[in-house]
Amino acid sequence: MLDIFRHRRMWRRQRDLKPAYDVVIIGGGSHGLAAAYYLQKDHGIRSVAVLEKRYIGSGAAGRNTTILRSNYKTPEGARFYDASVKLYENLGKELNFNLLFSQCGHLTLAHTDRAMFVMANRAEVNRLQGIDSRVIYPEEIKRLAPAMQVENPHATYPIMGALYHPPGGIIRHDAVVWGLARGADRGGVEIHQDTEVQSMERSNGRVTKIHTNRGTISAGHVLNCTAGWSTLICDMVGVPLPITTHILQACVTEPVKPLLDVVIVSSQMHVYISQTDRGEFLMGAEIEPWTTYRMQGTLNFLQEVTRHTLELFPQLERARLLRSWAGLCDLSPDYSPILGQTEVENFHVSAGWGTYGFKAAPIVGKTLAELVATNRTPDLIAPFAVERFYEDKLVSELAAAAVSH
Amino acid sequence: MSFLLTCPNCGTREVTDFGFGGEISARPTARPSLRELGEYNYFRRNVAGVQREWWFHRSGCRAWFIAERDTVTNEVLLTELPRGPGSPESVA
Repeated sequence: MLDIFRHRRMWRRQRDLKPAYDVVIIGGGSHGLAAAYYLQKDHGIRSVAVLEKRYIGSGAAGRNTTILRSNYKTPEGARFYDASVKLYENLGKELNFNLLFSQCGHLTLAHTDRAMFVMANRAEVNRLQGIDSRVIYPEEIKRLAPAMQVENPHATYPIMGALYHPPGGIIRHDAVVWGLARGADRGGVEIHQDTEVQSMERSNGRVTKIHTNRGTISAGHVLNCTAGWSTLICDMVGVPLPITTHILQACVTEPVKPLLDVVIVSSQMHVYISQTDRGEFLMGAEIEPWTTYRMQGTLNFLQEVTRHTLELFPQLERARLLRSWAGLCDLSPDYSPILGQTEVENFHVSAGWGTYGFKAAPIVGKTLAELVATNRTPDLIAPFAVERFYEDKLVSELAAAAVSH
Repeated sequence: MSFLLTCPNCGTREVTDFGFGGEISARPTARPSLRELGEYNYFRRNVAGVQREWWFHRSGCRAWFIAERDTVTNEVLLTELPRGPGSPESVA
């Protein structure tokens, strides 16, 4: 109690960059920081610098809708995201930092016979991977979400059932970033904010120099964890990527009393809804179809997302919107990530995260750290190599949120 | 940020009137290898800057046309109908 008013830094302030590091991680978001954290924790690699062009968590890590789940459609995806949720379950304890993780359950609504069939299919794939996931009907939906209007004869999209995923839930996204940063920093990792990579030099199939606005450094391995900006970083070393950058938007209402303690998703209504610990209704929608690097929202999004949310929660009619925002998504052609080694020997990527990057952060960090430490691609991420696009062997993940199929 | 586009046939409309067809990329050779086809099908330059791209006037004349847009500002620099055979966007 004595020192509760003492000002303590979460991580050290960094002055100058060293001339060389074992590993340089570009991007101080959830993926970059998780990789740094697991490099020092699992493999004792401490000569690591995380370079962030603004402040940590200023990109997608601080703009997502904080939903964690693993009820994906492909066995490769479900297995991978399940490993991530399991790491998240212990992460708060491990980091000694309250991540406010609430495994409140996740409902994906089905509005048509076809959607019910898809949900049944997903439940089977999930259960084969040992993931708790099943189809439920309106009676049970009403018990889980009593505030939601489940039976509405005038609904544009009547609710026929849902895929129920009890371990899914929400977590405090900023806390994940701060906790990982503190954990990595205590293990010896240097976090350099306001440090922008401007160009890189490549020779003999290796990245040799990294030029930043704060000086030039070299590295044994370079990780690109820059989500929406991945293409621009990969361009610097001549590695092509099959991704396009789009905005995804979200908004919150003013806080209201507790009404909803499950996550509600409807891919047909292009909406996902949860209530935060502060009482705000947090709503997200689908990505904009056109590519852009401009992180600014649209009026059209607000009109659509509120219209659909009100069909499910008409009692929010008078609630005012408090904030809305947009973030960049790096969308891959098959809605699965692009992870691991590239044609440049010591340059690895974590890209193609579309709308599902935040929920994968710990497992990406753990597997990329293993890749760097052992020079071997872990089995869990082998299906996500960029080579699959040259060989036309896609991992078609049609259960991704916020994308029209 | 939302923006306006000028259809060469119908005039200026909101972006929600249109379908986005992606950046214009060079056609592969007549008999591409699997790798070349993969490059054409999936890989994108995804530039931060001026991009030549396809649009489709979904809620209007339903014509495909070309726009040049700065992806950093969403400023549309020009729109035009595709030129004939031999131009970069030609499918011939």
